[in-house]
Amino acid sequence: MLQIECPWCGARDQEEFQYGGEAHIVRPENPDSLTDAHWADYLFNRTNVKGVHAEQWCHAAGCRRWFNVLRDTMSYKILAAYRPGEQPPGSEE
Amino acid sequence: MRKDRYSIFSLARNAVSYHQDWSEAWRSPEPAPSYDVIVVGGGGHGLATAYYLAAEHNVGRIAVLEKGWIGGGNTGRNTTIVRSNYLWDEAAHLYEKSLKIWEGLSQELNFNVMFSQRGVMNLGHTLQDMRDIYRRSNANRLNGIDSEILTPAEIKAKVPAMNVSSEARYPVLGASFQPRGGVARHDAVAWGFARAADARGVDIIQNCEVTGIRREKGAVCGVETSRGYISAKKVAVVVAGHASVLADMAELRLPVESHPLQALVSEPLKPVLDTVIMSNAVHGYVSQSDKGELVIGAGIDAYTGYGQRGSFSIIEGNVAAIVELFPIFSRVRMLRQWGGIVDVCPDACPIISKTPVSGLYFNCGWGTGGFKATPGSGWVFAHTVARDEPHELNAAFDLDRFTTGALIDEHGAAGVAH
Repeated sequence: MLQIECPWCGARDQEEFQYGGEAHIVRPENPDSLTDAHWADYLFNRTNVKGVHAEQWCHAAGCRRWFNVLRDTMSYKILAAYRPGEQPPGSEE
Repeated sequence: MRKDRYSIFSLARNAVSYHQDWSEAWRSPEPAPSYDVIVVGGGGHGLATAYYLAAEHNVGRIAVLEKGWIGGGNTGRNTTIVRSNYLWDEAAHLYEKSLKIWEGLSQELNFNVMFSQRGVMNLGHTLQDMRDIYRRSNANRLNGIDSEILTPAEIKAKVPAMNVSSEARYPVLGASFQPRGGVARHDAVAWGFARAADARGVDIIQNCEVTGIRREKGAVCGVETSRGYISAKKVAVVVAGHASVLADMAELRLPVESHPLQALVSEPLKPVLDTVIMSNAVHGYVSQSDKGELVIGAGIDAYTGYGQRGSFSIIEGNVAAIVELFPIFSRVRMLRQWGGIVDVCPDACPIISKTPVSGLYFNCGWGTGGFKATPGSGWVFAHTVARDEPHELNAAFDLDRFTTGALIDEHGAAGVAH
């Protein structure tokens, strides 16, 4: 079982959270100008990393806010949690 | 090269020598420097692919590269259910092809895969469940797939241990029943295909992990492995649980996410359940193995993961559902629990396809239900690899469907425990 650190509420049991998939996927600014292949890539293709994965969680049974988590998909260990709009800890910016 | 046939006579002959002289089921050759076709992944699907390539297509030298050992991956981790009651034509035809092969597989492979057509029952607990079940059952019959609708009284007659009372928290309102469905011995499927493929000259190379896919001018030319570079004209990737990792080696992106899926078995009991029970609404499925263990399958964890284990809450909810259906199981002790990694596509249908890299093929994304498709998957994939074009049965399962939008939306529509 995971214990997830909500940036607003602190550490809570996994049962309180809902998973939201890969984080930092930006909706294309101008969908009309995209090719089908680019649109398919945005909609369906995922990095599905074996290793450190940036992903979205929602504290569904708590404050109901979305946030991002860095989690190792081999050990399931959670490395960091950060608010939407923030860059993952350890990134260049 | 041809192995001794297994038969009552070979059994008697070997009994005389106290079973010390059985020949090995398959060789363990050193990898050759090059092959015509390399199949990456020695699970059931990969071995079936290699077998049908060798048996039905003239493609030259074939190798299967397996990073662990035969039968040690998802082939040995599933709940062994076989059925073909899918809603959409494309899926129904593919799984029905597979079921037809299952029916003669032990004879074809000369290996007892213990395929037992004890029927598969999908329960409905709400009016909407029942509407979906009628729809799917009718669709199945139009596709020539056997399907019956059972009333609660008929269910009770077949499965006395089940609680079908209207007092139940999720009352059973009816079920679809596919009599030709059932279970098979999962390891035997891998061993049988391995032995039969080996007998036709396929090199099965265990403990050989693929670490890179070498390409030249947009075409595949070989694979880097933990046992050195092996060149190949064609590379067929069949790696449940690691499709994205292998795709990344060829700089491809796949619409696949890997999730943990769990299952558990109980202590052995006397015969109590002689069919397969599945319920989508309460999400559990259970059958009884020939050894007497209850084999129970759970759902996937929502999060992605490669760790071959899942959350306890999933098991808890699953077991609660089973106990609700079968109150007499409430004091049965569970012996083992495990997880495997399943690659799930957005439409819960597999990808059996050519790729933008010439000579590179992928067969992946079977989600939670790949075991039943093992022989059919190998059969269509062998055709795809050998002819460099899909068979009509798997044409719709092309990687391209995510670009064209022609998804095969089996996810909720099938009313099955995905």
